Amino acid sequence: MDNVSLILKALLAIALGSVGIIGIFYGLNILVEKALPERSRIKVLPWIYVGPSVLLLTIYLVIPTIRTFYLSFFDNRSEGFVGLQNYLFVLTAPDTLVTFRNNILWLVLVTGLSVGLGLIIAVLIDRVKYENLAKSLIFLPMAISFVGASVIWRFIYAYRPEGAPQIGLLNAIVTSLGFEPVGWLVNPAINNFALIAIMIWLQTGFCMVLLSSAVKGVPDDVLEAARVDGASEIQIFRRIIVPMIMPTVLVVSTTVIVLVLKVFDIVFVMTGGNLGTDVIASRMIREMFNFRNYGRGSAIAVILLIAVIPVMVANVRRFRQQELDR
Amino acid sequence: MMLSLLGCAQGTTTTVEQATAKRPGTVSVIGAISGEQQAQLEAALVPFEEETGIEVVYEGTDAFTTLLPVRIDSNDAPDVAMFPQPGLMRSLAEEGALVPLEAVLTREELAQYYPESWIELSEVDNEVYGIWYRAAVKSLVWYVPEEFKKGGYQPPETWDEMLALSDRMVADGKTPWCLGLESGNASGWPGTDWVEEIVLRQSGPAYYDEWVEHGVPFNAPKVQAAFETLGQIVRSPGYVWGGKTGALSIPWGDSIGGLFGENPNCLMHRQGNFASGFFPDNVVPGEDIDFFPTPDINPDYKNALLVGGDIFAMVNDTPEARQLMAYLATPTPHEIWAAEGGFLSANTQVDLNVYPDVISRKEAALLTEAEIVRFDGSDLMPGAVGTGTFWSGIMDFVAGTSAADATEKIEFYWPDASEQETLEQESLEQETL
Repeated sequence: MDNVSLILKALLAIALGSVGIIGIFYGLNILVEKALPERSRIKVLPWIYVGPSVLLLTIYLVIPTIRTFYLSFFDNRSEGFVGLQNYLFVLTAPDTLVTFRNNILWLVLVTGLSVGLGLIIAVLIDRVKYENLAKSLIFLPMAISFVGASVIWRFIYAYRPEGAPQIGLLNAIVTSLGFEPVGWLVNPAINNFALIAIMIWLQTGFCMVLLSSAVKGVPDDVLEAARVDGASEIQIFRRIIVPMIMPTVLVVSTTVIVLVLKVFDIVFVMTGGNLGTDVIASRMIREMFNFRNYGRGSAIAVILLIAVIPVMVANVRRFRQQELDR
Repeated sequence: MMLSLLGCAQGTTTTVEQATAKRPGTVSVIGAISGEQQAQLEAALVPFEEETGIEVVYEGTDAFTTLLPVRIDSNDAPDVAMFPQPGLMRSLAEEGALVPLEAVLTREELAQYYPESWIELSEVDNEVYGIWYRAAVKSLVWYVPEEFKKGGYQPPETWDEMLALSDRMVADGKTPWCLGLESGNASGWPGTDWVEEIVLRQSGPAYYDEWVEHGVPFNAPKVQAAFETLGQIVRSPGYVWGGKTGALSIPWGDSIGGLFGENPNCLMHRQGNFASGFFPDNVVPGEDIDFFPTPDINPDYKNALLVGGDIFAMVNDTPEARQLMAYLATPTPHEIWAAEGGFLSANTQVDLNVYPDVISRKEAALLTEAEIVRFDGSDLMPGAVGTGTFWSGIMDFVAGTSAADATEKIEFYWPDASEQETLEQESLEQETL
């Protein structure tokens, strides 16, 4: 009974959400066209369309951002002003350097490998007979939530001491080859890479799908002309395909970069940030909700925001450039 | 819709109360236990539901310490929370997020059910906030009597005897200890119990209290010494099944399983009474498995016991929540779960005969006979340490970090004096108001 009412509520929400939004825009449009004289109509109409999203962005993004910035100068309960103390604490904490190092590791490896692999797969898959099937298989992990993926990978990385039956996939393989089982998640030399692999597994499909459609967008006559001129397939890939789809590569890369900077679920579920695997976002969650220190949590959030800004600026600049090119 | 409008128009409180009395509602409870234990908890609440007609909606989550503060912040708090650690209850009570128990039971009424020492443990700023439910005895070392007989081993009386016994087992080609520290984002906590046991037995209860209240820094020499003593076990070659990788990787609940079977992985496992929930099905308590109390280190502090417990506190002051809290203080819910096993109670009115097996009766006796009783220290420390860096510090130490470095990092995260000053100032201001 409870479930039925929950499902009905969800359906109602979806219906209201999708139909309602259209209804609002449509209604406001009619209102403006009927009620206002032609001159002011042109001035008001754009605001009708932009207004709701500006309003929502203000409520859900701009105000919280300003408030987070404000809170980062206050103590654990947001009551006493402490100046820059939270920033000093965060920047001098013994594990902060490790956290930053890990984030850089994540950024370089996840972005590099998932975009790189995605590109290679996109080009190769273009020539495969069962293209759609292969693509769906690679895209499939995309549909799994980070937490879900982490649970799956816990079983892949599970460790049992030597001699005991291995319940983890990787260690079962390793021991059957005659090696000692490996503590994938607790050995500080490899545990970060073990976590990063999960993210690459999740994101490669996303990169591949976007890059694949870009690869298909490269005109056939250009490729044929190159072949007629005697270019090898590798030359075609490097000199023609890659430059032509560069805008898409950059968009995909920035999306992945922003995603990686936000990652915390994988770390939280797999290792809890222990043994040198902490990242900025998981520290933020811990300071904020486990240690209940709003000041420090907010300070870490601001640092994270500052780290994202250059990426966003680059993104916006490039969009402008593209507009100009058109 | 119309009815409620009419009710408002009449505007008297009595009509509202009658309305709730006619249609008894529900009380929502959040807790950290799930699965089989959840079923046992729910069974213990059945008499309450039958008597009052109030429905208890229980939600068990293993992310309790993260989820509850979030739910309170977002005004989506459950009515009652079952805290696995009074540390979080304490900080929430200080923030004013909890309702004092005074409204339900006076201190005198509560004293009929609980010993003074336990009531004091449920106080924040001289106000009682919680009702103790499940108590835990942590100072137990589990072993299989059959295996001890085979090897000719005797349960040790002192720490040195225990180390000597471990050495003998290693010499006999066996692995003395099973240890599993993995516990999701709470990984490391079983090791904090070890360190607490050692501080209590090595440096005594007075020092233990000072350590928990930060009268001495976390990286004080005696605390470092306790880490080193733990190191004698986790770092000695051949002592722990799977070595340090095993200790860091094996889920804590799985680790006791190593005691059982034809060729057991290990012969001893130190864990609280709740480890019995992880015994294999066919194990007869008292015959196939037994325990000896964690041995003493310093003879001056003999017969010490480390305990833990779940405590209920009210988040929303509703009539249903009040009734539930009053019910939880009575022996009934304690006895129902105690009869099921895996449950001890600090409630003095609970009949010892309800415990189903020798082991739990032995544990309950230990609970009442111990000369020195101390609460699990990490549960009393501020969240940043007790549910944070103490846990992760244990992981670092077992992985190879030195005791000095591991404890220094924990000390760094202890909320500093200025934060505590603001807390004290606020309570002063409130008093003058």
